[in-house]
Amino acid sequence: MPLYRDDAIVLRTHKLGEADRIVTFLTREHGKVRGVGKGVRRTSSKFGARLEPFMAVDVQLHTGRSPRPGMGLDTVTQVETIGAYARAISQDYGLYTAGTVMLEAADRLVSQEHEPAVQQYWLLAGGLRALSERHHDANLVLDSYLLRALAVAGWAPSFEDCARCGEPGPHHSFNVAQGGAVCPRCRPPGSTAPAPETFALLSSLLAGDWVTADASDARHRKEASGLVAAYGQYYLERTLRSLKMVER
Amino acid sequence: MYEGAVQDLIDELGRLPGVGPKSAQRIAFHLLATDDQEVKRLVDALTEVKLRVQFCALCGNVAEAERCRVCLDPRRSDDVICVVEEPKDVVAIERTREFRGRYHVLGGAINPIENVGPDDLRISELLARLADGTVQEVILATDPNVEGEATATYLSRLMAHMGITVSRLASGLPVGGDLEYADEVTLGRAFEGRRVIGNDK
Ligand SMILES: [Zn+2]
Ligand SMILES: [Zn+2]
Repeated sequence: MPLYRDDAIVLRTHKLGEADRIVTFLTREHGKVRGVGKGVRRTSSKFGARLEPFMAVDVQLHTGRSPRPGMGLDTVTQVETIGAYARAISQDYGLYTAGTVMLEAADRLVSQEHEPAVQQYWLLAGGLRALSERHHDANLVLDSYLLRALAVAGWAPSFEDCARCGEPGPHHSFNVAQGGAVCPRCRPPGSTAPAPETFALLSSLLAGDWVTADASDARHRKEASGLVAAYGQYYLERTLRSLKMVER
Repeated sequence: MYEGAVQDLIDELGRLPGVGPKSAQRIAFHLLATDDQEVKRLVDALTEVKLRVQFCALCGNVAEAERCRVCLDPRRSDDVICVVEEPKDVVAIERTREFRGRYHVLGGAINPIENVGPDDLRISELLARLADGTVQEVILATDPNVEGEATATYLSRLMAHMGITVSRLASGLPVGGDLEYADEVTLGRAFEGRRVIGNDK
């Protein structure tokens, strides 16, 4: 299969040599792949603008013949735009910082290259579209994306029933290591006690219930963001570097 | 792997931007075959640049004194500053001969994934230069890519209430590229056609 074609989101880019760029894609069918965009940093390049972070593209890659297995980089031979999200996102600093965390999280959650991650692809594509169309507050879109992407990766939080014993909620305590809400019997020391409205907001963000989420107030959004950040960092086992630049 | 000194040279060359292991090896063996005088000139050039060249204390451009040539030039106008990412962008814009003001070099662009935030760039130094009211216009000439655009967005928001005209190079500049690769004509046109994105005078 020397040539293959797929829908993809550009996760990140690195400069390579004089005018090339290594581009990391999250594709719909091939999972995460890296390819070289030749000459794309020259302003005469047709591809340059399409191979930028946040872009949703239809890309054709040529499989590289690698000296070492798994080390070969594919070459980008064609790119068409599906969603030009880069422009809207880079022209609003709040969208840019939120969107960057989404790209970094996706890159981290899909750790293996060439392993299909179709749900992660759709979540990210939908998240970036929502972000660029500004239907909702940027940080709500970010938090909703993080919760759902973590859930898809196998770390679904519980904001209703006890995450440990399943005791039906609502409960008053939250513990990151236990996986969310905890009942009075399971509650480990050091658990936090968020406002009931914050629990409701978190549930709505995980479920994609935007009517509830959009109606939430700033105080509960801030508290929810803090819990989502702590939850994400715990299960990703490493800090998301871009998270600290998000303005809350 | 080669014997000590040769491998050391290959390793050092391989750390240079854009030089992969194969190129490093090729350059190393080229140097081995080159006559002593020529290699000495290269060594001298490297030593000189580290001894004599520094970054301008005012604008961040490369300089052979405390201030760079542009900052020292009395014929240039003080009321407009062009903000760029790197010293090499100053060179690209100078080639167009369209711009006769001063520069400010940020030292990069905001890129959260690479851990580069606003505090890592020379932004407070820029704001300090705007404080005395001399500067009337700031032209944001960061790269026409996502990071450059986001940096321009951040800066224009920061300068929104300072009574300064903030403009961005015209969108005729191809998106996704590095500023340094733009040809003089295109870049010159982008300057002429720059659009005002903030002005609250
Ligand atoms: Zn329990
Ligand atoms: Zn200077």
